[in-house]
Amino acid sequence: MIRWALWLFGGALMGGIVHLGTVLYLPTTATQDAYARISAVSPVNAVVELPAPSSDSSILPFMDPAFASAVCRYDLGSGPITLRAPVSPAYTSVSFYTNKGVAYYAINDRAAGRRVIELELMTKAQREELPEDEEVAAADKLIVESPSDKGLIVLRALAPEPGMMTAARNALAAAKCETH
Amino acid sequence: MRLLLGLLLAFGVAAVIGLGTTLLALSHGMAFGAFTIGAWTAWPRTGTAEIDPYARAVIARTGELPMGSGDGIAFLARTDDKGWALDGRCDVVVSGTTPQARFWTITLYDPEGRLVGNSLNRQGFTSQEIVRNADGSFSIAVAPRTRAGNWLPSGGAERYVLVLRLYDSPVSLASKTGRETVLPSIERKDCP
Repeated sequence: MIRWALWLFGGALMGGIVHLGTVLYLPTTATQDAYARISAVSPVNAVVELPAPSSDSSILPFMDPAFASAVCRYDLGSGPITLRAPVSPAYTSVSFYTNKGVAYYAINDRAAGRRVIELELMTKAQREELPEDEEVAAADKLIVESPSDKGLIVLRALAPEPGMMTAARNALAAAKCETH
Repeated sequence: MRLLLGLLLAFGVAAVIGLGTTLLALSHGMAFGAFTIGAWTAWPRTGTAEIDPYARAVIARTGELPMGSGDGIAFLARTDDKGWALDGRCDVVVSGTTPQARFWTITLYDPEGRLVGNSLNRQGFTSQEIVRNADGSFSIAVAPRTRAGNWLPSGGAERYVLVLRLYDSPVSLASKTGRETVLPSIERKDCP
């Protein structure tokens, strides 16, 4: 009897390990995560508009229909990238995600404090390689460190009323994401 | 023989418990640091680099991109204030005021995060569109049939969720005052 109880106990312990293992392992096996879905419609290191969500289709779940959105799927393998995004009349935000969907940084137009949100995205290694004088010159430029080589920059512009959607989309259409 | 049976039993129990709890945790959208005010729940850590492994597994599965904390904060409601699941065949009233924010939006989705179709093509309101009372409060009628004022068509969907997003808001759920934030109430009125 005790022998069986021990086997059960051992099984339960292993179950706990299986649980933790699967939870940690799952994100690496996902084929329909946000990065995969967006990769299907976007080139690398260029800003493309995301289709507006509707009841028929939505590229990602839980998108806010009051926003126009665009995305830059980046790859820092060939060097840092520069993002320039003019702000829309109402509200604009720029959010950074790793290729696993982790939101590691986000900034809005007011925090950026200018008519154009301009920033440099690079990996930690690339930042360390920056010559020191350039680091000083870049002091007025916003530098964002990406924890991964690949990821997504999502630009969102609010249309507070449906009539302002065109203005929001136009602002995003002028956004640029380039390697240099 | 006994050893083999014992091992089989242990492995069986491990698989059932391990996979079962994983499935349960992910389908219930479990994540640490959930923060609830009335019927609304937010996961502030999910929008940061400190996202926990459960939330990571959930977003990998759903394909969602969480709202970055520098953008704002999102509150999700699956039930009304009394705990009844939100049912598109019922009349539900969302009323009150929202915390300070530059803009906010409230949006109706099906439980999988898809927008619900309707003839008005209205899936939500922004803070600028909403018609307010003299005191600045508002009231939204979520109902299958036309209502006066702010009508958010539920499309008769059996289940739906509401998401309230505060953009550029000083509300920080890390502080005590943040945790005492007042959010709109959700009340079920008529249900067939």
